[in-house]
Amino acid sequence: MPTNNLDQLYRSVIMDHYKNPRNKGVLEENNVTIDMNNPTCGDVIHLTLKVEDGIVQDAKFEGEGCSISMASASMMTQIIKNKDVDTAVQYAHIFSDMMLGKEIDDSVDLGDIEALSGVAKFPARIKCATLAWKAMEKGVTEESEQ
Amino acid sequence: MLSKEIRKHFPILDQEINGHPLVYLDSAATSQKPRQVIEALNDYYSYDNANVHRGVHTLGNRATDHYEGAREKVRKFINAKSTQEVIFTRGATTALNMVAQSYGRANVSEGDEIIITHMEHHSNIIPWQQLAKEKGAVLKYIVLEEDGTLSLDKVREAVTDRTKIVSIMYVSNVLGTMNPIKEITEIAHAHGAVMVVDGAQAAPHLKLDVQELNCDFLAFSGHKMCGPTGIGVLYGKKELLNEMEPVEFGGEMIDFVGLHESTWKELPWKFEGGTPIIAGAIGLGAAIDFLEEIGLDQIERHEHELAGYAMEKMSTMDGLTIYGPHDPKKRAGIVTFNLDNVHPHDLATVLDMNGIAVRAGHHCAQPLMKWLECSATARASFYVYNTEEDVDRLVEGLRIAKEYFQ
Repeated sequence: MPTNNLDQLYRSVIMDHYKNPRNKGVLEENNVTIDMNNPTCGDVIHLTLKVEDGIVQDAKFEGEGCSISMASASMMTQIIKNKDVDTAVQYAHIFSDMMLGKEIDDSVDLGDIEALSGVAKFPARIKCATLAWKAMEKGVTEESEQ
Repeated sequence: MLSKEIRKHFPILDQEINGHPLVYLDSAATSQKPRQVIEALNDYYSYDNANVHRGVHTLGNRATDHYEGAREKVRKFINAKSTQEVIFTRGATTALNMVAQSYGRANVSEGDEIIITHMEHHSNIIPWQQLAKEKGAVLKYIVLEEDGTLSLDKVREAVTDRTKIVSIMYVSNVLGTMNPIKEITEIAHAHGAVMVVDGAQAAPHLKLDVQELNCDFLAFSGHKMCGPTGIGVLYGKKELLNEMEPVEFGGEMIDFVGLHESTWKELPWKFEGGTPIIAGAIGLGAAIDFLEEIGLDQIERHEHELAGYAMEKMSTMDGLTIYGPHDPKKRAGIVTFNLDNVHPHDLATVLDMNGIAVRAGHHCAQPLMKWLECSATARASFYVYNTEEDVDRLVEGLRIAKEYFQ
């Protein structure tokens, strides 16, 4: 049934993050700023991070996009806070695998992110979900290389 | 309205998508193909395939006859004076790039002006941006009126004696606006500028007459007008094309080749380097036959009526914004809209789950999206095979989406 498929995509936790985004805004005290867009659809994200001693101390995002891309950004900022850079990057890889429909190591606690697994069945929407993660990975990788 | 029988010519429409009969409302991106176009491609490859303009054998002659026959069909379709003025390209994008790279490079100098509008598709922006950068020329944009139309007064203000090229779309792929090309051409010519027309959204939907418009160049794509992908047309006035250098060099386009110098074939072949898009051109010819059997005037009227019906139905919905001219007579069969609190991607996904295909995004017109002050919109575009029932299904889909995201 189509409606069931839709419900798999738009799980209530996703709609909650979309309507009440966590960590929305711009971090004044940031040392990492990333702007990324999805040229095929016009989604944009402005991500600001505070990374100190290899730890993501704080993260905020602003952007424009669909429920999937904005909810994904909200969840991403939530999970990487207070994590070290390697762990944050590891989450980005796990997320990417999830979007490809690969088996995920179930010892990793994905929290709310698990709700986005339904996106894998909607190939046209995968790019919406991965935008924020790509921005974060680029930001923390560049920061740690400096 | 056109007969619903037309639908039966399009095999792809006879299928279910996600458990619902397909409603295809994305023809402005690419149209579906009627059986006679699919068969023309199949027949060409099954019986006539050979390279053109070379060799003495029978298949080569047949392929050449079909390919050049398609050029004559295009000539008649746009009422060009001669087939020498009809160049086959990969699509409208390639055609516009050819004008920029050949005519533009030879005729635009530092401080000259190139004029486009805020509603252009990226394919009619970036070639001119690049040319302006290379030459130190000025790229000027004509601003739009509140309702997404162009004012001839603003065109008159913009065009000066330093203007070398005016390049404007005939029909907007987002707003559906139909621009007064004939009048704009007169203004351009009065200042000695050439008029380039992006006809990608016009050729499928209305009768084109390049002599009546008096434009200098016209670009369009086959795939939006029932033809295959990978074929398009650049029309240019013979006296301009004769002066222009080819942009691609190689086989097929040469007259004599020496060790250090070569000369070019006559028009139109000097612009068709390499083995041309033979099957594509033949498919486009079949598409033109199909459209002319229905009649371009009838097609235009059908789309006006469908767009009018859609706008009437959609305007009763709360929270629904329709962009572009509100008078259906001023627009082609394109309705671009947004539903409050539902992002167009989410909307398009819900519609797709109900079997309805619409476009969501920036429609390759980012400067226009900025003007509309939105990052994305949804777009329903209509063609010969669409019916009032399709519009009803769309409106029903919008209601479902609205409820779902409440």
